[in-house]
Amino acid sequence: MTRTIMALVLVGAGLATAPAAFAAPTSATIGMPLEPPTLDPTTGAAAAIDEVTYANIFQGLTRFAEDGSIEPDLARSWDISKDGLVYTFHLHDGVTFHDGSKMTASDVKFSLDRARGKDSANAQKELFTDIAKVEVVDPLTAKVTLSQPDGSFLFDMAWGDAQIVSEKTAAGDATHPIGTGPFEFDDWVRGDHITLKRYANYWGDPAKLETVTFRFISDPTAAFGAMMSGDLDAYPNYPAPENLQQFQGDPRFKVMVGSTEGETILAMNNGRKPFKNKKVREAVAHAIDREAIINGAYFGYGKPIGSHFAPQNPAYIDLTGLSKYDPQLSKKLLVEAGYPEGFKTTLKLPPPSYARRGGEIVAAQLRQVGIDVKIVNVEWAQWLQTVFKDKDYDLTIVSHTEPMDIGIYARDDYYFNYHSDRFKKIMAELDRTTDPEKRTELLKQAQKRIAEDYVNAFLFELPKLGVAKKNLMGLWKNSPTPANDLTEVHWRN
Amino acid sequence: MLLFACKRFVSLALTLVAASIVIFAVTNIVPGDPARVMLGLDASPQAVAALHRELGLDQPILMRYASWVGGLLSGNFGVSYTYKVPVSQLIGQRIWISLPLALYALSLSILVAFPAGVLSASRRNSARDVSIMGLTQLGIALPNFWFAMLLVLLFSITLHWFSAGGFPGWQAGFFPCMKALTLPAIALALPQASILARVLRSSLLDMLGEDFVRTARAKGLTRSQALRRHALRNALIPVLTIVGLQFSFLLAGAIIIENVFYLPGLGQLVFKAIAQRDLVVVQSVVVLLVLAVVLVTFLTDLAYAAADPRLRTRRR
Repeated sequence: MTRTIMALVLVGAGLATAPAAFAAPTSATIGMPLEPPTLDPTTGAAAAIDEVTYANIFQGLTRFAEDGSIEPDLARSWDISKDGLVYTFHLHDGVTFHDGSKMTASDVKFSLDRARGKDSANAQKELFTDIAKVEVVDPLTAKVTLSQPDGSFLFDMAWGDAQIVSEKTAAGDATHPIGTGPFEFDDWVRGDHITLKRYANYWGDPAKLETVTFRFISDPTAAFGAMMSGDLDAYPNYPAPENLQQFQGDPRFKVMVGSTEGETILAMNNGRKPFKNKKVREAVAHAIDREAIINGAYFGYGKPIGSHFAPQNPAYIDLTGLSKYDPQLSKKLLVEAGYPEGFKTTLKLPPPSYARRGGEIVAAQLRQVGIDVKIVNVEWAQWLQTVFKDKDYDLTIVSHTEPMDIGIYARDDYYFNYHSDRFKKIMAELDRTTDPEKRTELLKQAQKRIAEDYVNAFLFELPKLGVAKKNLMGLWKNSPTPANDLTEVHWRN
Repeated sequence: MLLFACKRFVSLALTLVAASIVIFAVTNIVPGDPARVMLGLDASPQAVAALHRELGLDQPILMRYASWVGGLLSGNFGVSYTYKVPVSQLIGQRIWISLPLALYALSLSILVAFPAGVLSASRRNSARDVSIMGLTQLGIALPNFWFAMLLVLLFSITLHWFSAGGFPGWQAGFFPCMKALTLPAIALALPQASILARVLRSSLLDMLGEDFVRTARAKGLTRSQALRRHALRNALIPVLTIVGLQFSFLLAGAIIIENVFYLPGLGQLVFKAIAQRDLVVVQSVVVLLVLAVVLVTFLTDLAYAAADPRLRTRRR
């Protein structure tokens, strides 16, 4: 029988001599773990949407650069009034949408009003809450008035959720996106791939690639096979850190290790016994050996963090010392808190490997100090419902991937159940402050506040692990926002 | 024959109604709010409520069941929550991968199993029989996803004869598509062929002990002549049953193989839809698969009757 199969295989191979769709020097095939549900970043939340559309199809008034700094995009410059309330954006001339129509200040007004409107389905409505009105001064000038000064307004406008869409085509963007970027949407075979092609009338420097294909391969083994067989040119968010050594040792490939905005935390339910007690939370924090978790869950990639803040941010301060690994201290704190024998608790783990692998190590480390942890694996939808929405959990591990999201600790109904007037005061002041130095100072205070309150055990910053063919240049190494910016990507001869 | 077909048809319809109720109930009991899944961690409550209205999730459950079944009957499967396109369009794209893959695998399975079964049965306990049966034992024991990985390792990564997965789309032409389906079809066919070969062998051996075969031998036919001319046709009934079951299994159960080869088939569509709580897609595809299984069973029943006239008379 085996011989028969071999013969069939040989026949199959012989039949299929048609030229394979291999990457010519002007095209690239990029692997992604998840398929975007739609292609409209202004109505959907999935990171996969931005990974296809950000900077490729859609553009905003401002944008993130690879290092996380804010750069002008569709707005070539802006003026800010003295009181910090009025932003006047000067738009680039000659910008067109992919359907050929001109992009003007009225599109800016439409996009922002749509995002902040009552029926808005925008997943990040908070980005727009400070906007009082948007006015069209002339076709190339848009004026945004805020209800209160907002020091992070230009940062907020760089998000994929704040990108500029055309009134005529906005409703259809979910399935056929029309933006102003260097690539236009070409084709989508659901479940398999999306193709973009270079937009001929792009206002800026044209993209170097003619076509780009995004392929969706979620299974890590399949992703490995697809890279190794040459089907893919790059896999910028490679799902299996255990394979990276193999790619590193292979001269055909390069491995790119960069930063993300993903703070991976062991979240504790501050509203539930025994984690209501700060001493217990402090005990948990000291029971955790971050190095062991990074090595075990992420094969040594990833930076330890001591608060909910990204290490690459200029305002970052290293607070890992507040919660350094010290099982003896942890046991002592448990005794002081009234749990000399420890206690029983559960740890709910969503599907990503950092959570599942990290969770087992966390459980083992907590057992060392007498906390008996029962692991419960849940799928994403279940996690969102039970942990995130219903707050029915003791402990969980998750990575918060939105940039600059320390503000979630000021939300009353957030799943941490953390309520601190002192922290809220810092955040309120931060919102009012536009002076960069003062902002940095406030951000440092905020990091310290939650670290000293031991709200959660802060584990590590999720690394961005990418694999690409050696001569594919210009891919982002870091991930300041979910994106695969392909504007600069090209093949080196 | 007609009455027989009618009876089968009524039971088919009842099965479908029961299945639709179970499917709808199960997908609605499972925890997880589709709107939450779609909008993500930081979504505001207003955005979630707005999406609920848009998806019609604020309606009472009986209303939703009624409108879903009503839609199904008029051929309207609804609009996918996540993809925002008609479910029928999604199924239409996926079925042209799942169906050819199932047929391809089934053909391979039959092509391999028939010669293997006949060769084994014709010389029972010979070296040939023992080695073929040994191989089928192995074929059943190998997990097909692991066998699939071995195929990728050899034919894609080492020899570069095939892509490691994916599907070019039928617009790319017949042969590129068949090529893309070849490794998955082989991985799916191996265990099926092994089972089929064993069933055929034992069914043939039973027949070879029957009186009519002895009579045929007495008339001077050789063992293999008797086997081919008289035993084979009679041995087909159990084999047909298995083939019918296998086809349903291959159509609905290729999820793991589709994942290994990242083929956008029906299995993967359901798999992802469940994770994303795209209830409309889950419900519609599962009902469709139930329909396919029931139809195949129905056709298998009719095929029995065609293969064995006694079945027809008995039921009358």
